[in-house]
Amino acid sequence: MSGLDPLRLTAKVAKRLLVDGEVSAAELAKTYLDQIAAVEPRVKAYIRVTYDNAAKYSTKVDREMQALRGPLAGLPIAIKDNMVTEGVTTTCASRILRDYMPVYTATAVRQVWDDHVVMLGKTNLDEFAMGSSTENSSFQTTANPWDLATVPGGSSGGSAAAVAAGEALWALGSDTGGSIRQPAALCGIVGMKPTYGAVSRYGLIAFASSLDQIGPLTRSVYDCALLLQHIVGRDPRDATSVALPEPVKLPDAERLDGLRVGIPAEYLAAGIEPGVRARFDETVARVEELGGICVEISLPHTEYALPAYYIIAPAEASANLARFDGVRYGYRCEDPVDLLDMYERTRGEGFGPEVKRRIMIGTYALSAGYYDAYYGRAQVVRTLVRRDFERAFAGVDLIALPTTPTVAFRAGSRTADPLSMYVCDICTIPANLAGLPAISIPCGLSDGLPVGFQLIGPAFSENRILQTAHALEGAIGFDTAPAFRDSRLEVRQ
Amino acid sequence: MIGEDDVRYVAKLARLRLEQDEIARMTSELGKILSHIDKMGELDTTGVPPTAHVLDVANVTRADKPSESLPRAEALRNAPAVSDDCFRVPKMG
Repeated sequence: MSGLDPLRLTAKVAKRLLVDGEVSAAELAKTYLDQIAAVEPRVKAYIRVTYDNAAKYSTKVDREMQALRGPLAGLPIAIKDNMVTEGVTTTCASRILRDYMPVYTATAVRQVWDDHVVMLGKTNLDEFAMGSSTENSSFQTTANPWDLATVPGGSSGGSAAAVAAGEALWALGSDTGGSIRQPAALCGIVGMKPTYGAVSRYGLIAFASSLDQIGPLTRSVYDCALLLQHIVGRDPRDATSVALPEPVKLPDAERLDGLRVGIPAEYLAAGIEPGVRARFDETVARVEELGGICVEISLPHTEYALPAYYIIAPAEASANLARFDGVRYGYRCEDPVDLLDMYERTRGEGFGPEVKRRIMIGTYALSAGYYDAYYGRAQVVRTLVRRDFERAFAGVDLIALPTTPTVAFRAGSRTADPLSMYVCDICTIPANLAGLPAISIPCGLSDGLPVGFQLIGPAFSENRILQTAHALEGAIGFDTAPAFRDSRLEVRQ
Repeated sequence: MIGEDDVRYVAKLARLRLEQDEIARMTSELGKILSHIDKMGELDTTGVPPTAHVLDVANVTRADKPSESLPRAEALRNAPAVSDDCFRVPKMG
């Protein structure tokens, strides 16, 4: 009996226990596998739990601990199921890739494997990472461990719920319009989208290539930095990847003296629910208590970021998803009469409703006669959004925003109206459009559900963001253990 | 305003078979989404260049050296149908 509490254990502490010999890698892996056995039937965070791999590999780490003493050796991780893993099926939560067995491994996953991290399994997501609630998975709906009646956010909802529920020590996710930060916020954990290009996208099944970034979901800011250290770097297999100008440092800041934080007036003007606003304002006050200076700023093109995103992301998706045609991998329809029939029925039967919607929007926006009005204009708006940030960062070090306009919402409450789901990402999309690094940390509860506080920085300011988030985290003192309540079962007064 | 014929045409371009009920639903949903997107039209964007890439990097090249690629058997491993070491597909219509 290890006596470890998977709902509160951080990688920082787990690493110390391993190195000091107080716990073995096998015991650590078993802690999470036991928690998976206990709560997974209710949370459904994983598409596949790799029990054998976790048991076998953690034993190997113990046996060869001296030789394998890498900085992450034996620390169990969950991987979003849109990163290819050789020998372990990778589905993107799509029927079209249900049995896909990758023949290579994504660079970011390879990097943590090479550090002897123990993989616990592949986590659920919105199909092809398109969604904000993980309800678009073709296989299962993941529940939020804080209230099982609500969604965990998305699209990395499986990774976020797994960490929050103590089913993983930490996890990797991907963020195209908020898909790491939004579920991290809704599940009360830390999630970071690095600067575009900081982490290789090789082996990340492409959704929108100019926006996609892999990043960590963790229980603390320190853990976030520790995991980020091991996945960044230039990769010859991703021509858009770049080397960070300085290494990622493990944060230790407790004060924010002289730090200038901009608060964009546009976001607070509308759409942020009162409970989220209250926690946000309290956290802004903490920034000042720690010595920071908060100033109001303007990002005037904020309201145009969402429309631009919902052209650019679907346009890139419609091109990226053209490869799923029943020829080289994945699902193929039964008895096609000819090649065109095979393409059309394979895709019609293989993709779910949201993926079809995005392919249609993207194809329409790129089609003759509409290209300039939609795609061309969206890329111009993207320039205006980037210039807003450039202007703001001339006067402030970081920008603070709520991560999401609301706390976790009831499962099923937004699935009928696509636009109501799209607006979930209104506070996270601008950082993707501008390629900027951003983090979400938990800053308290509203109606018993977590609220996320987001910090956005200039390109390559990961260390400044992590230091600031670390100092704030210490001041906030958020307890990451979720309640596992189910508001459906509670008697209404 | 987008109509059912537009949806059928775009679905054809996307090589995506949609059933009649999907076409009706898609027409109404795309109409709503595009009318939200049309908000971009309010902006005066004269002289603003489109974004091609968010970082200041261009023309990333690598040395033109041959290296090993995926073995044929591996490349074919996930194929729904294979014959003579090739991907097998139905005849053209």
